[in-house]
Amino acid sequence: MPVHQVVLHLLCLLTLPPLLVGIIVKVKALFAGRVGAPLLQPYLDLFRLYRKGTVLSRTSTWLFVASPVVAIVTMLLAGLLVPFGYPSAPLAFTGDLVLFAYLLGLARFFTLLAALDTGSAFEGMGAAREATWASLAEPALFLGLLALVRRSGSMSLSTVLDVSLDRGWGESSAVLLLVFVSLFVVFLAENCRIPFDDPNTHLELTMIHEAMVLDHSGPALGLILQGAATKLFVLGALVVHTILPMSRGSSVVGWASFLGAMIGLAVAVGVIESTMARVRMKRVASLLIAACVLAGFGVILTAR
Amino acid sequence: MNELLVLCAIGIVATSGLGALPFGTRSVTGDRIFAAWFGAGAGLGAVAAGRALAGVPATPISLPWQVPGGELAIALDALSAVFLLQICLVGSLGTVFGLAYWSAREHPESAAQLRVFYGLLVAGIALLLVAKNAVLFLVGWEIMALAAFFAITTDDTDAEVRASGYVYLVATRVGSLFLIATFAVLRSLTGSFSLAITGLSGDTAAGTAIFACGLVGFGMKAGMMPLHVWLPGAHANAPSHVSALMSGVLIKMGIYGLFRITGWFSTVPLAWGLALFALGALSAVLGVAFALGQHDLKRLLAYHSVENIGIIGMGLGIALIGRSLQQPTLVALGFAGSLLHVFNHGLFKSLLFFAAGATIRATHTREIDRLGGLIRQMPRTAVAFLVGAVAISGLPPLNGFVSELFLYLAMFRSQTLDLGAAGLFVALGAPVLALVGALAVACFAKVFGIVFLGLPRAPQPANLRDAPPAMLAPMVVLGLACVAIGVVPSWVGPLLERSLAAWTGEPTSLVGLAPLSTLSWLNALLLASLLVFGFALVSATARKADRQPTWDCGYAAPTPRMQYTASSFADGLVELFSHVLRPERHTALIDGPFPRPSSFSSHVPDLVLDRILTPVAARLARGATWFRWIQRGTVHLYLLYLLVTLILMFVVWR
Repeated sequence: MPVHQVVLHLLCLLTLPPLLVGIIVKVKALFAGRVGAPLLQPYLDLFRLYRKGTVLSRTSTWLFVASPVVAIVTMLLAGLLVPFGYPSAPLAFTGDLVLFAYLLGLARFFTLLAALDTGSAFEGMGAAREATWASLAEPALFLGLLALVRRSGSMSLSTVLDVSLDRGWGESSAVLLLVFVSLFVVFLAENCRIPFDDPNTHLELTMIHEAMVLDHSGPALGLILQGAATKLFVLGALVVHTILPMSRGSSVVGWASFLGAMIGLAVAVGVIESTMARVRMKRVASLLIAACVLAGFGVILTAR
Repeated sequence: MNELLVLCAIGIVATSGLGALPFGTRSVTGDRIFAAWFGAGAGLGAVAAGRALAGVPATPISLPWQVPGGELAIALDALSAVFLLQICLVGSLGTVFGLAYWSAREHPESAAQLRVFYGLLVAGIALLLVAKNAVLFLVGWEIMALAAFFAITTDDTDAEVRASGYVYLVATRVGSLFLIATFAVLRSLTGSFSLAITGLSGDTAAGTAIFACGLVGFGMKAGMMPLHVWLPGAHANAPSHVSALMSGVLIKMGIYGLFRITGWFSTVPLAWGLALFALGALSAVLGVAFALGQHDLKRLLAYHSVENIGIIGMGLGIALIGRSLQQPTLVALGFAGSLLHVFNHGLFKSLLFFAAGATIRATHTREIDRLGGLIRQMPRTAVAFLVGAVAISGLPPLNGFVSELFLYLAMFRSQTLDLGAAGLFVALGAPVLALVGALAVACFAKVFGIVFLGLPRAPQPANLRDAPPAMLAPMVVLGLACVAIGVVPSWVGPLLERSLAAWTGEPTSLVGLAPLSTLSWLNALLLASLLVFGFALVSATARKADRQPTWDCGYAAPTPRMQYTASSFADGLVELFSHVLRPERHTALIDGPFPRPSSFSSHVPDLVLDRILTPVAARLARGATWFRWIQRGTVHLYLLYLLVTLILMFVVWR
């Protein structure tokens, strides 16, 4: 991978994620007939938080402060494993897809601990819910990856996600579509979007992810928000690359189609959030199991 | 040379408890002499194991022995060496831990006895690891099994301890019966009790009988579902350093046995690998699911042993499938993942049991729901437990991730080869392992979060302090080992290759199969950046942060009793698995305008022991009362029975 592509990848990873959040918020505002916050509002929010002081719970310990660091560092590292506009990611090796999934797990582990560190009933509730749903999202993610591995015969994210028009769509469009839908559901669940969780909810009792970070403030909260946006971006890149043909010719076309697809993904999330309600907590499991089943069909379809 | 070293080590370790006996039951000197004596033997053993792993070839020793079929044949190859290294490391760390945990001053009634059986237990394990004769192997096996029984029942004034010791004893007898059957069939096949065998054919009935009996016998010791019945109780009720030794090393002897018996065969039927793989997957999922339902700290860790044995079994299953289908890459990856997980589990599970032991000793309770906020009083133990929790959940950058990565690589690699239906079967291991990993994350977030974070849920003892140095030092060693294997997995690659060559008989390189060097610097980068940035943020924030009460939805006076508990944290997941877990909930009805004080409790009994074996055994016992009239209690009558039986036998078999 050429150096300027690596730089571009890093720039993208560090600067673009909040924009994705801004687009989702804007789309939701337009649906509701409002003007909405400016597209760049998430950046302003982050700047504000990074400059603020911190209020800590008397119950919390060093783990509480350290967990946002884990959240952002793991997401940035995971972002180096997924290709963006160039057909290969800065880091690509056999088995990097396992590292990718387990980095998400590491971030989750420390987020759960930080939530339990405050001793609050609400944060415990959020942590319990997150742990429960993530246990079902993980097999769905691996089934999807398995189908992609079987289709491509490779074990690295960069080559697994390398879909060309003739070899990808021509030969295994059904597999790709099933995996895409399944991973999209995982993407919504992992990022706590509707129909799994409402990022704008005002009632602590119904929160999942938001409930876990109730006690965070200042720079730590800023890191958490940026980590969440980065997770949205990185998992989003994984999802769009399952069906987006990679450009071999010009890198401009590659980056343009990738960024276009990411904007499309953000708009799709905004539309879903505006037109759907949350499912009941008890039904979340069925939705995630459905994602597993879809990806499982994808695996079976790749049987030769 | 190596073999002589091991023999010396076995001799020293076996007598280590006896050597300390003259110093009286209350003397701390006895403890220290035991630890030093034991450490010398374990050091010799570790040197031998290290030499074998470094490539010194085995020079088998063989001496005649008066026992029928017996021969003092021992040899140390690279496969035995991995297990030997582990027992020497964990065993001697356990004696150091025991200096503070079960000292003669605090437990004059049992400390001396525990030391004797601890030494015998480790010596028995070392003996069976190098035995190349079935009778000698069984002798080592029985010394281990019986010494373990006495070590488990150290605190035999407690009825619960006696009960779980009894269950262990029954289970280990049944297991030994199957092992004797295994070796009997083997003798009928090869004509001798020698275990230095290669090239048997697995496609015969005798081969299948050996594998099936071995699977039950060794699976019983390993604690594979559904043969795990003895494991949770025994691990929970033994002294913590014995739990660490049992969970870290003793149950691995079952795995060692499975490695050995499958190594005898040159042709392996596909069904063996598939069966082991399926059993492993079952064990892994159910083990972690049952762990989620527990609220006894050590019982929970015990169920995680069932889970990890399952993961190890899946790896060995893949290696066997690879041998049936002639795929050396699958053999190498499955074997490496399995063996490395054996070693890794020995490290982090012992670490967790040590940390749990320190916690229990300080708080006098194993109930997770009575604990909370211990990270303040026991910061060092908390960090040790955290390292163990991250490692056992298979998360990067620690060692658990490396061995699980091998298994994922094996499963994904099998998808790029043309294996037909077996390939699809192996493929399903990946989501299963992912589910197990996610559940382990949930379970250890629960344990660590409830025990060490938040606020105490019950009054704490006044003199609550962090563990003494003798207990912390073993944790530090094990924690550093977990970090080292996680950060420089490229070091263990060559060692695994040697063990692999000892198992299959042909060298295979792991270099092209697993990205060990890439992983090395990535894990190092991850660990370094987490430590640096984490420390920076913590030190920057801690100084100027404004300390306020926890936000509880505007409620002004939150109490510790309002916190989430272990049961409430796991409730959603237990509900998901309620078809197998069948949780029991005891709740009093709340009614009327002035309801009485009410209470709620829930627990998850063991599926096999509490729901199947105990009721069936009770029924059998009730049925057996019909024959009680035979038992009159007079010797004359019993002599008459003997005589009648003898006469009948002569009549029938004339």
